[in-house]
Amino acid sequence: MGILEVKNVGKRFGGLQALSEVNLSVAENSCHAIIGPNGAGKSTLLNCLVGKLIPDSGSVMFDGQSVLGRAPYEINQMGISRVFQTPEIFGDLTVMENMMIPIFAKRDGAFRMHAFETITNEKQVVEQAEKMLEEMNMADKRHMHAAAMSRGDKRRLEIGMCLSQEPRLLLLDEPTAGMARADTNNTIDLLKQIKEERDITIAIIEHDMHVVFSLADRITVLAQGTPLVEDDPQNIKGNPKVREAYLGESA
Amino acid sequence: MFGLEKKDTSLLLIVAVLTMFAPFILNPFPTDSALAQFNAGYPDLMQRFVIFGIFAIGFNILFGLTGYLSFGHAAFLGVGSYAAVWMFKLIGMNVLPAILLAIIVSGLFSVIIGYVSLRRSGIYFSILTLAFAQMSFALAYSVLTPITGGETGLQLALDDPRILGVSQTAEGNIPVPSLFGLEMRSTAELVVGPWEFVFNVGYYTSALFMLASFYLAIRIFRSPFGMMLRAVKSNQQRMNYTGLNTRPYTLAAFVISGMYAGLAGGLMASMDPLAGAERMQWTASGEVVLMTILGGAGTLIGPVLGAGFIKYFENIFSKINDNVLHGWFAFLPDGMEDFVVFIIHPFIGKGWHLTLGILFMMVVIFLPGGLVEGGQRISSWVRGRKSEDKAKGKTEPAE
Ligand SMILES: Nc1ncnc2c1ncn2[C@@H]1O[C@H](COP(=O)(O)OP(=O)(O)OP(=O)(O)O)[C@@H](O)[C@H]1O
Ligand SMILES: [Mg+2]
Repeated sequence: MGILEVKNVGKRFGGLQALSEVNLSVAENSCHAIIGPNGAGKSTLLNCLVGKLIPDSGSVMFDGQSVLGRAPYEINQMGISRVFQTPEIFGDLTVMENMMIPIFAKRDGAFRMHAFETITNEKQVVEQAEKMLEEMNMADKRHMHAAAMSRGDKRRLEIGMCLSQEPRLLLLDEPTAGMARADTNNTIDLLKQIKEERDITIAIIEHDMHVVFSLADRITVLAQGTPLVEDDPQNIKGNPKVREAYLGESA
Repeated sequence: MFGLEKKDTSLLLIVAVLTMFAPFILNPFPTDSALAQFNAGYPDLMQRFVIFGIFAIGFNILFGLTGYLSFGHAAFLGVGSYAAVWMFKLIGMNVLPAILLAIIVSGLFSVIIGYVSLRRSGIYFSILTLAFAQMSFALAYSVLTPITGGETGLQLALDDPRILGVSQTAEGNIPVPSLFGLEMRSTAELVVGPWEFVFNVGYYTSALFMLASFYLAIRIFRSPFGMMLRAVKSNQQRMNYTGLNTRPYTLAAFVISGMYAGLAGGLMASMDPLAGAERMQWTASGEVVLMTILGGAGTLIGPVLGAGFIKYFENIFSKINDNVLHGWFAFLPDGMEDFVVFIIHPFIGKGWHLTLGILFMMVVIFLPGGLVEGGQRISSWVRGRKSEDKAKGKTEPAE
């Protein structure tokens, strides 16, 4: 049994069957990549995992509990953190504040009316946030407005924010899309380091084969809303079906 | 001090000193001088400064922090006033229970309106709040006449029960609002040479409430809760996927600001014990939006400045008339004098709205951060010049 079990998930948008009969099992502490051509349904699948979409059929179990019908914040509180295709951070807030918010969310839950405490007195949260900023190599940017940072730094911050919650499952939707080569490599290094140092399960959607083959322990190829194959990276490379459906057209 | 950081403590102290010495500060001109009409240090206006200050401080907690623009906050002000007047009618003339009930009732009322309106955001939220407020206004004006007094408004009467007080005084008058015997309207005057300063119990009561409100706002701004409210404004999507439920945060902000409005309404009724439906009208809701934006939304002191600015204009500029202008420009040749007065005429007296409107547009266009941003620009300009002077002596390392 994997930490994430997707069974027979289907999702239809009007006349378009975006997902059908999707089965997926993500093993604990592994890095599972989901690849596939444009419009294959990768993001739709991810949205079904985090409560943004509700599948028409099937089940999604995380750690033995169903996530279906739960709001995104509840699913996050269960231990799933998500990194978006375009970095979603609190642009008007400082980098430090960005880092503190997920830590507060982890400590205090979905809502707490802590209106009489002072942020600077929350020593433990401040410490944790500072530690994570150091780890992300952005301690010097702590007073910066998050919106003013480069794309690569925003991505780094977002990943750091997710990690600060110590999630059991980290979901990444094309984390390197639209990034310069250098930023992409930095992100790969960061993710590799995370994989090695933490007990964390990673599910990553990616277009960039370089990224996929550097990180993944296991790969699922999605085409037209259904998984085509699921296998280890070295076998995927040689699989003729995959070449035809995906690699062939992009290579 | 008071659990605040040094910068905030000094801000609070400055505001405290300014409000406590307002009777002096606002009356800088000798009573018989030509400029006396610019004096704002009379009880009625000073009360309005601080009461609308409270209203705007509360509004800013919702609008400045979460970005939800309510166009119906006057409804809470009105509800607070009605609640307070009912307290004067039924219980007694002490202002504390009246203000307490005003806060509670407007709080409950804002839970309902907030719960419904916050299902939408952006313009739809604004429209919903506007619709609710106009509905409240219409109800107060007609259907709910037994509770609100309808067109004439809710007034005290000689036969009100006032179970903890007296229905009428020994002289057969309606008693006046007071704080443990200290009448709100009682006023002391201090004459120093040509100057005259007025100290009013009602003003100081309201001012103390304003300081408490301001202190509370600072605490909220600096709290994790306040940070969450700013996060709502910045990126709700990220909040949801960070395990935070935005709905209760926005509702809490809405209710807090509704209670601030209720406090303001209760104080208004305490200064002058009557309440009318017009207090809930959309123009009143719009006014607090103007105050907050003019002063600087999302800043601590901005709303107070905005409230003061607008109330000053409303009460002082509106009183300047052509006769006054002729007095000022009497030194000019006759034709010139008439011409100048003719040019200025549309901007004064009843035309004060025009002046305010133009100023408001200038602020929004050139100082999106409001008067506070203006102040910051001036101070950084001054500081820049100072450090330039210093830099002439020695070379400073580049930042
Ligand atoms: N909310 C929606 N409403 C209607 N159709 C949608 C919706 N979301 C996705 N689709 C459609 O579903 C199909 C799958 O989309 P999805 O975004 O999951 O693909 P993807 O594999 O992530 O592609 P890409 O690599 O381009 O990101 C597409 O044809 C898309 O147009
Ligand atoms: Mg996608």
